[in-house]
Amino acid sequence: MNQYPAWKYALIGIILLVGLVYALPNLFGEDPALQVTSARGFAISPELSKVIDDALASEQIGAMDHEQVGNSLLYRFDSTADQIRASDVVKKAVGEQYVVALNLAHATPSWLRKLGGKPMTLGLDLQGGVHFLMQVDMDTARGQQLDRFVDDLRSALRADSIRYVSVRREGNGLVAQLRSSEDRDSALEILRKDQSLQGLDVETVQGGEYFALSATVQERQLLELQQTALKQNITTLRNRVNEIGVAEPVIQQQGADRVVVQLPGVQDTVQAKKIIGATATLEYRAVDEQNDAFTAAQTGRVPPESRLYEDKNGQPVLLKKRLIVSGDQLIGASSGFDQQTGQPQVSVTLDGVGAKRMLDFTRDNVGNRMAVVYIEQKPGGRLTEEVISVAVVREPFGKRFQTTGLDSMAEASQLALLLRAGALAAPMEIVEERTVGPSLGRDNVEQGFKSVVIGFVLVLVFMAFYYRVFGLVANLALFANLFLLVALLSMLGATLTMPGIAGIVLTVGMAVDANVLIFERIREELRNGNTPQASIRAGYEKAFSTIADANITTLIAAFVLFLFGTGPIKGFAVTLSLGIVTSMFTAIMGTRAVVNLIYGGKKRVTKLSI
Amino acid sequence: MKLLKQKTHIDFIGKDRYFLALSVVLVVASITFLAIRGLNFGLDFTGGTLIEVSFPEAANIEQVRDNLQSVELGDAVVQTFGAANDLVVRVPPRSEDESSADISTLVLNALQQGVEGEVVMRRVEFVGPQVGDELTEQGILAVVYALIGIFLYVMVRFQWRFSVGAVVATVHDIVITMGVISLLQVEFDLTVVAAILAVIGYSLNDTIVVFDRIRENFPRMRKSTPPVVVNSSINQTLSRTLMTSGTTLLVLVALFIFGGKIIHAFAFTLIVGVVVGTYSSIYVASTTILRLGVSKFDLMQVEKEGAGAAIDSQP
Repeated sequence: MNQYPAWKYALIGIILLVGLVYALPNLFGEDPALQVTSARGFAISPELSKVIDDALASEQIGAMDHEQVGNSLLYRFDSTADQIRASDVVKKAVGEQYVVALNLAHATPSWLRKLGGKPMTLGLDLQGGVHFLMQVDMDTARGQQLDRFVDDLRSALRADSIRYVSVRREGNGLVAQLRSSEDRDSALEILRKDQSLQGLDVETVQGGEYFALSATVQERQLLELQQTALKQNITTLRNRVNEIGVAEPVIQQQGADRVVVQLPGVQDTVQAKKIIGATATLEYRAVDEQNDAFTAAQTGRVPPESRLYEDKNGQPVLLKKRLIVSGDQLIGASSGFDQQTGQPQVSVTLDGVGAKRMLDFTRDNVGNRMAVVYIEQKPGGRLTEEVISVAVVREPFGKRFQTTGLDSMAEASQLALLLRAGALAAPMEIVEERTVGPSLGRDNVEQGFKSVVIGFVLVLVFMAFYYRVFGLVANLALFANLFLLVALLSMLGATLTMPGIAGIVLTVGMAVDANVLIFERIREELRNGNTPQASIRAGYEKAFSTIADANITTLIAAFVLFLFGTGPIKGFAVTLSLGIVTSMFTAIMGTRAVVNLIYGGKKRVTKLSI
Repeated sequence: MKLLKQKTHIDFIGKDRYFLALSVVLVVASITFLAIRGLNFGLDFTGGTLIEVSFPEAANIEQVRDNLQSVELGDAVVQTFGAANDLVVRVPPRSEDESSADISTLVLNALQQGVEGEVVMRRVEFVGPQVGDELTEQGILAVVYALIGIFLYVMVRFQWRFSVGAVVATVHDIVITMGVISLLQVEFDLTVVAAILAVIGYSLNDTIVVFDRIRENFPRMRKSTPPVVVNSSINQTLSRTLMTSGTTLLVLVALFIFGGKIIHAFAFTLIVGVVVGTYSSIYVASTTILRLGVSKFDLMQVEKEGAGAAIDSQP
């Protein structure tokens, strides 16, 4: 009477088999490897592997094998020593166009890999690495955009020869004052038509002796602006991380204004922080030739069109507020030496828009001076702005030119790297950092593994003593549960973290609960004088609704954990929820199948070993 | 092997006055501790920088303090972390200027001074002040939403009195667990928050099992008064309650002892929570629904669909 139909046994068998296959890759560990990727995201050329093979052969370093994974080549090595030696050799051989990163590649056999089997990725707390949470300073981004609107409106008014009293930022918008109502109408027309001035709610303002216009940036436009700024920052961060050469970095948006950056396996964290966190950019501005900087600095009376800066020696420099070109219009930068003076310099290439603006400016200003401002965001939202060079424009130029005034070659190459990777659209600040050194990671893996094994064995022993044969059946289910859980986590590409391990351990503890409920029920039925077969059936049936109710409430708690938690807590919640689902399967269906096999076939069972 | 004799007939409900008193004393004591001593908030909440380093041999803490003083980090707290050669340096949050990068580099350089061999960086954590505030808010919200979700689920599956019972028991568990954490000044970090949320899930699991039995017993024991029904339900589920708590505790103790220091606070919180949760599912949840006047009429609808089989199988 206690028999499952054949298809149920088959289903259980298939699920367990699939689980076994996908849990398997976790047993194989990892090989030290090199990952070679194109620095600019292009496809890798077919000759590349030959170049690398030759280079390795000439140094007599044997690679285990290599394969192409997406847009990169992966070389595996026998030892870390080989890997590090090979890294230097390969870097020299492939040149700057490619990024060579140290990596750990799964040692999963190829037939398993073909089935899509892959081990769980170890989290930063287990393999070491850096985790940053960076917050975008949206106020500054908004301010920059408003400044741009002001500039654009001014130049549009000038282009149409409309004289204005003032155009300035105010709150979330700008205010323009004009001399006549005709001028105001023309200005309105410009605001309506000009492409670069869209997304503004414009209204006329009465009062005073002037005819004023007030334009407020639309809420939608502001949101869009934030999104764009964030997206650009993510792109920039990605470029920078590629420049450092990190295998499998994670760069993701989190919430409305934050970005998570995770760099697994990075050892030189100080350097990484410098490059990631750096918010250096350049701005090119015209020098105010009409007014004297020293007078302005002494009297504190700065002309409304201009702003006071300081150069490296603390000398005041008066620059026009109007920006000629900023870092985000830059598409290329490389460091080198000025051939005449021998000073370090950065050669800059501008994009189309930037080149045109630069050309327009330099054409009209031959003989005037132009300044380069170096801007760096400090934590706490403070900006350092410093004029690094002031030079006379000798002839008009556009797309390509040089920037000098840097202290050292090191400074020049760092600046070039940052400019190349792109400027951040808005300054960012590190609001959270977690760095785990490799030694701690190893300890965590060891201790995590040990505690899982010990906890598991304790439960197994306890269950076997307490419920005899049924206990052994539950233990089988517990094993099945463990590898099903691992298989699911691997299939989902989940990252195994220390809290994740805690989740697994806890699942083991709670997975037996379903079996305890069932077995206690069976004992109770037996005590009430029911036959063994009827007791088994009643035990499973009656315990089911209890198990379902109890597990669903736990799932609710796990779900809330997932919604509100970040990083490690999410990992814990995922493991816990999956564990509940797999344990329902193994503890109810799995044990029932085994119990049926043991007791179900026999006609007369007089006693249960429970 | 059996933990308990065949059938237990412990009179839990008859002594509920004493347990009510005990629970009230524990809750009041916990709230008092939380009010007076507060929680030992970890870095996740206070913000600041934490650097764990490993020295080649036992570290000279005095020298380390002097070194830190010389780079104007005199306000840093230095402690050994487990072994004598492992140190943890905590630097309070700075208002501005110095980034996490600067501080950790500064500390690592300072610690290396006058030490032969390499001082190995084990871990650096930096949390900005704004993140901490959000975490507090998120944590409280998470608990509130979990409670609301559970209240609704139990109301649908059982009845509102059971919802109140479950929530009272859960709040009771959270407060006492946090009281113990406050009393022992366990460092309250993100993992402890996760543990408390897991305690909610666990304690509820236990409570629901007892409720489920009460629901089943009401139609079976038509002639008995509610206290008798509740009391025998607790007795019938007692061995399961103890067994499950026992296995869970086994695993947690293994995690506590062998899981390393990172997981200590987490495992400890769960151990306290499981013990309190087991107690509350026996005494708090059931007595609450009794005091709210639960009766067999409250579960009439459920009787129609779910409990039919149970009556049939009963001779």
